[in-house]
Amino acid sequence: MAERLRVHVDPDKCQGHARCKALAPELFELDEYGNAHEAGDGTVPPGLEDKAWLAKSNCPEIAIDVIEE
Amino acid sequence: MSDVSQPTAHPPVTDWVNDFDHTDPQWTDDPFPIWEELRAASPVVHTERFLGCYMPTTYEAVREIANDAEHFSSRRIIVRDVRPEVARNAAPPITSDPPVHKPAKQLLLPPFTPDAMKKLEPRMRAICNELIDGFIADGKVDAAAQYGKYIPVQAIAHMLGIPESDSDLFINWIHMILELGIKDENKLLQAVQEMSAYFRTHIEERRSKPTKDLISYLMNAKDKEGQPLEESHVLGSLRLLLIAGIDTTWSAIGSSLWHLARTPADRERLIAEPGLIPIAVEELLRAYSPVTMAREVVKETTVSGCPVKAGNMVLLSFPAANRDPKMFPDADKVVIDRRENRHAAFGLGIHRCVGSNLARMEMQVALEEWLKRIPDFRLDPAGTVTWSQGTVRGPRQLPFLLGKAM
Repeated sequence: MAERLRVHVDPDKCQGHARCKALAPELFELDEYGNAHEAGDGTVPPGLEDKAWLAKSNCPEIAIDVIEE
Repeated sequence: MSDVSQPTAHPPVTDWVNDFDHTDPQWTDDPFPIWEELRAASPVVHTERFLGCYMPTTYEAVREIANDAEHFSSRRIIVRDVRPEVARNAAPPITSDPPVHKPAKQLLLPPFTPDAMKKLEPRMRAICNELIDGFIADGKVDAAAQYGKYIPVQAIAHMLGIPESDSDLFINWIHMILELGIKDENKLLQAVQEMSAYFRTHIEERRSKPTKDLISYLMNAKDKEGQPLEESHVLGSLRLLLIAGIDTTWSAIGSSLWHLARTPADRERLIAEPGLIPIAVEELLRAYSPVTMAREVVKETTVSGCPVKAGNMVLLSFPAANRDPKMFPDADKVVIDRRENRHAAFGLGIHRCVGSNLARMEMQVALEEWLKRIPDFRLDPAGTVTWSQGTVRGPRQLPFLLGKAM
């Protein structure tokens, strides 16, 4: 069974490197300072799982969680 | 009176582990084996030079320090021979500590978001092509002095609203502050004074004639209490934007082209798959990170188990962290399509480079436009590649022959 993924950005850790937005623009949004948060409730649409993991593994602040539901 | 000293020559290094010196010619020329030796010795090494200075050698030790503003202050961010009195509002927010750091940083962030950079991108492409037009027919070029240098200068001049034709002035100030200033306090003070006078003139002009550039933006910015910023804060931030935005990206573009000149396979891959260029830029930033920062230890603590004492400086080498094999498999190789890359080229923690989105855009555009028009190039065997010394590392002379080798 395919698992469902959800991404979450820890706002206390994010420093606005914006790597997640570059690698997975569908899953993240930036605020006026360029700091990231997950788009909507963070649910990863089917087909974008790879991008979710990629965003997590490129965040220099280790601010992104990928939650398997 | 400030502590003004004459420049002193440093004795050559014979014991890197106990007596390192990031201004030694051997370090300037090829720092990578030195970092490997230091890392093998300890996560934190120390030198008596520079009135006492530590260097974290691993990615983890660099991260610990970058995330600890309580023990490691940013009031001094260049490791130098002297420690003169710290100026108020030297260059906020890079020289600020919590709690004043955050509001100073938030002021500068909105003009540098990825969306803001997209608007600047067409101008950058035009600049790159104008520069290439200037030398492509010659069949040879100094890619550092004739290309890489002018891209960030023109970008930041455009954003600040100052004449691009003053480029050589800016470059000279930066050289005086970041390189000569390590050993010669007079040069640093002179450059800071000249920059402040330069920006004061531009501020005056805007009082009667407001503009839409970053100078007007900072002049009109309000602090948390709704008050205008002190003039020293505005001048400090303007100096920071000019200093931090030029040498750094110039170096990153130069190192990237230097790598591609020597690595035809990577060049061909990027020409065949231009979509890979943003990923390649990250890897080139990791392998050839230009910027080394500094902190001052203000309270005794330990880093990766090593004791560090107050009163010492810390050479915060993001470039060395990015070569740590514990963090990056094949750390000493450029893997042009590296998938996992948490590199620290723009710093870690609260002092993440304000201009990182600008730098990335400039690097991508500079490489894309270059490769479109100059798919074949190589180092000119008759020339010499030279590297800058100290805080920012990149090629300053980069002689290329253009076109296919005969």
